[in-house]
Parts: sequence; structure tokens; C-alpha cells
Amino acid sequence: MATTDGVTGGPWPGRGRPPMVALYAGLTLAIAAGLAAAVSTGVVAVEAGQLLAVMLSPLEAAEGQPVAHAVFWDLRLPRALMALLVGGSLAMAGAAMQGLFGNPLADPGIVGVSSGASLGAVLVIVMQINVLGSWTLPAGAFLSGFVTTWLIYLLARPSQTGGDNARLLLIGIAINSIAGALTGYLTYLASVEQLESLLFWSMGSLSRVAWAPVFTIAPLAVAGLVLLRRQAVPLDLLALGERQAQHTGVDVRRLRRRLIALTALLTAAAVAFTGTIGFVGLVVPHLVRTVIGPGHRHLLPFSAMGGGLLLMLADIGARSLDPPNEIPIGILTATLGGPFFLWLVSRRQAAGG
Amino acid sequence: MLEIEDVSLRIDDRELLRDVSLACPGGSLTALIGPNGAGKSTLLGLMAGDRAPTGGAVRLAGRPLAEYGVRELAGLRAVMPQDSVLRFAYRVDDVVRMGRALRDLPPQEDEASVHMAMAEVEIAPLAARNALTLSGGEQARTTFARVRVQSTPVLLLDEPTAALDLRHQERLLSLAADWAAAGHCVVAVMHDLNLAAAHADHLVLLDQGRVAAQGTPWDVLLAGQLRRVYRQPVCVLPHPERDCPVVVTTGDGPP
Repeated sequence: MATTDGVTGGPWPGRGRPPMVALYAGLTLAIAAGLAAAVSTGVVAVEAGQLLAVMLSPLEAAEGQPVAHAVFWDLRLPRALMALLVGGSLAMAGAAMQGLFGNPLADPGIVGVSSGASLGAVLVIVMQINVLGSWTLPAGAFLSGFVTTWLIYLLARPSQTGGDNARLLLIGIAINSIAGALTGYLTYLASVEQLESLLFWSMGSLSRVAWAPVFTIAPLAVAGLVLLRRQAVPLDLLALGERQAQHTGVDVRRLRRRLIALTALLTAAAVAFTGTIGFVGLVVPHLVRTVIGPGHRHLLPFSAMGGGLLLMLADIGARSLDPPNEIPIGILTATLGGPFFLWLVSRRQAAGG
Repeated sequence: MLEIEDVSLRIDDRELLRDVSLACPGGSLTALIGPNGAGKSTLLGLMAGDRAPTGGAVRLAGRPLAEYGVRELAGLRAVMPQDSVLRFAYRVDDVVRMGRALRDLPPQEDEASVHMAMAEVEIAPLAARNALTLSGGEQARTTFARVRVQSTPVLLLDEPTAALDLRHQERLLSLAADWAAAGHCVVAVMHDLNLAAAHADHLVLLDQGRVAAQGTPWDVLLAGQLRRVYRQPVCVLPHPERDCPVVVTTGDGPP
């Protein structure tokens, strides 16, 4: 029987596979701990005992604790859950886009999907479009996110030899600046009260969270995960290039349509409620790949969990770095993600890829 | 198994293939040979269903290729490309498993099939390696194993031996010939005429998009014909041990 030579595809030596169950359990525990930290951190001091008491009575404030009740149920919990859902959606969208473009540098923010979706949302606000009621804004974000993703794919379509980084990134620059320019025109046209909500899109923030958006994005994120994970095998095969994926039985055109729709949906859902929050979709799948390898069956759920955890922790930071003010979370993720992106690009250059 | 009837392909006024007819029955190893740009890989692409011919018909098991769905086709033919692409750091054994991922085959046979295919091309020791770090020859053998586990009646190989050393050239083509002998239909684009002569039972010599000659190695590998098609003088000798011709170039070529 042949032995392995020690150089493996992942950090797990020999024939071994990563201990998936333990990793899932660990990440779940980390999310639970993060959630506990998120609901107990903030400007208003709430003791652990008080927190427990209000947790047990969701519908009515326990006597003498109306503030604690409101802080937990109306502010901190929906906000923490929103961070979890938005971070998970963005990281999943990033993982799927990287598979689709065959390029680990693809990210909804970098290639321009986020700014495209954001443009749609801004258009809805400034033009005061209201055809679908409260769904108009998410629908606008989704539609323009979808069109943008499609456009980027047509322009940066991976060739037989694999994804062309330079091309994808250049197209990302162009798309971002076009969407930025159009958003600029709309900003110019906007009224004063509209301006305030526009600023919110450009920086990304979780400060406006209530239960309604949480209930809106939760089914989208869950459906996105379930539907994306069904494409895990075709996504793996797509790593062989489009032609060979087709030869092994992947209907590449159909897969492409589905992936574009799903990534646009996830990105738009996130953007519609929290503005553009960058780099989560880039950083998280990359880290997950280095731990468990590139197989999408686990990459997608791990990215979802990891992205949620990361954004929830980032939000704790955003709320507690400069109290009582809060730093817009999009700025925080960009501060951390930008250098990471540079490191990734330079490392790939060094490796000739 | 695979029939090509009067196939032509024209792209932007360029005639890439013209009136090509050939039959590749099950149980045969057909080699497509010819100089650079003769249309070998293009013809293989038509056989794979990558594009439709502008004239004539390609039939697989009696039905035109266009009538098959993607999944259905993947159950009937596997394709080994000229250069293998891989975009993420999958393990070598995972890359081989990809050949079976969308096949409707009993899953309990998957592992045995993957292990056998990797052992055949001697990549079993590399099973847990990052497939992005393989050498060209190791990549080609991994791709070959992946195509093998797809377990299809038709196998299309585009220059399968280009990156391989002598031992693995021989091994790979012997394996291909074994599958053909077991009833599969194998078609390979080949540059090395001697490998083609030694392992294929049917040679198709293409010249500028047309079939210049086809038949057994002894019928096709004629010095005058090769000199004309390849524009290079050659000598054809009998192989000292095998029953096949050997082609060697001679020095008095064109300036």
C-alpha cells in the first residue's frame, strides 16, 4: 500500500480529512458565545441576571425592568441576529461567486455587485418608486444586483485556462466607478432628508435594525444557503473549467444562471437593509478554504456560519470602540478587509497565480 | 458507437473541417493524426458535442449528439482535454472523484473505482496532495484517472500523452487499448506517430480539415503520404518487436 508523501491539499496531514463534526460544533459554540457577547455589550449597562430575566419574558417587560427589556428585545437581539444573517449571506455569496468566476478574489463588493445593488436601492429612494410597498427597496436592490452580476460575468467570463484576476479586478473597478457615478447623480438630485438615508448605503450600518428586516432576510438567507448547497457538486466540477464541467455532466449555462440569481439575491438582501458592507465575502471563504479545503459541500455552510460570526463580532467592535457613538460597520470591515485583500493579491502574484 | 458522416465545420469563412466521415465502433482505438492545424482537436470537439457541425452529422449510439442532454451525454462519453484546468486546491483523489460526481452509478462502487484508476496511472501515492502543485505529467495522469472513473462507453482523449514520460506514455496507451479491447470506443488525438502505430487499431490522417487517409497503421503510415502531408521526409520501418510500423524523420528536409 502506498503512503502519502506528506504534502497535502489542506492542513490535515496524511490521508486524514478535517474533523468536520468537531469543526461545526466549535463554530456553533463560537456563534453562541458571540451572540451572548453581542447582547451583553453596549452603552446601557445590563447585568447578566437582568438579561436572563428579560430573556425569559419576551412579550412583556418584567416589573421594574422596562429599559433592560427594550434594550435586549428591541435593540441588541435583532441587531445581533441581523449581523449574523447579513454576514452569512455576504460570505455565502462570496464563496459562490468565487466558484462561479473560478477566482478567489471575487467578492460582491470588489467586483461591484454590492454597489450595483446599492444603486438600485438609491434609485428607489430618490425616485420615490413605490410599486411593491415595503418590498420595493429590496426588489430594486435585487434587480440591479442581478443585472450587475450578469454584466460582470459577461465581461469577465473565465477562459479555458482559468479565471483572469487582472481582468476581473479591472472590470470591478469600472463597475464600481460607474455605479458610484450614477449614485452620485442621484445623490445630487436627492432632497435633504433623502441624503441622510443615502449616506447610510455608502457606509453600511446595522444601526437601523428592527425585527421586520430580520424576518425578511432570514428566510432569504436560509433559502439561499439551501439552494446554493444543492449546487455544491456542480460548483466543485466547475473548478475544472466550464468545458470540462460540461463534459462531466454540469449544465453550465443553467448553473451560471442559478448562481448569478442566488448571489445577487443574497447580496441584495444584505445591501437592502444594511448598505454596502465589504470584504466579508472575500475574507471568510478564503479562511474557510485554508482550514477545510475547497469542497463546496462544507465551504458554503462554513462560510455562512463564519461570515455571520465575523460580522457579529465586528458589530460589537463598531459599537464599543467609541461609545456612545458607533463606527459604521462597513468602514470597520473595509479597514480590516482592505489590507487582507492586498496581502491576498501580493501572495498570489508571488505564487505566479 | 460513434459515427461521423460528411461532417464540415465552417467558422467565419474558414473551413476547419470538410466532408469528414469515419466510424469508431465499440472495441476500437482510433487515433487522429496529422500536422498542426489539421483539425484533429476540432474534430474531437465535435465528437464531444462541444459544438455542432455546420454540415453532416455526428451520431452517438445511433442518435445525433444534439438530441442528448448534458447529464445523459456525460453518461455516454468522457473527454480528456489537452490541458487540465483546476481553479482551487482540491486534493488529487477529490479531483479523480469528480469524474463520477454526476454519474448515476452505484455509490458503493465509487471508492473501488477511484482507487483502481489512481493505481493504474500510478498516482495513488499522491492521493492527498494539493492537485495544484502537481507536475504537468502528474496532472495529465490525474485527469486520465478522472476521465476513467466516469465509466463511459466512449472515451475521447486529446493528446493524452503529450506531457508524459516514456513509461507513462506506454502505460496510458496500453490502458486505453485495454478498454477498447473490453468493448469501449476510444478516440485519441496523437502527435506521436509511433505511439499511435503501436496502440491504435485505426488511424485517421487529417490534412487541412480533410481525411487524407484512414485504415490500419500499415495502410496509413506510408513514407510518401506522410512526406506530403507533414512536408517532412520520413522513413517507415517495421518495429523490431511489435507488429507495427515505426516512423523516423530523415535529414534531407526542406530548407
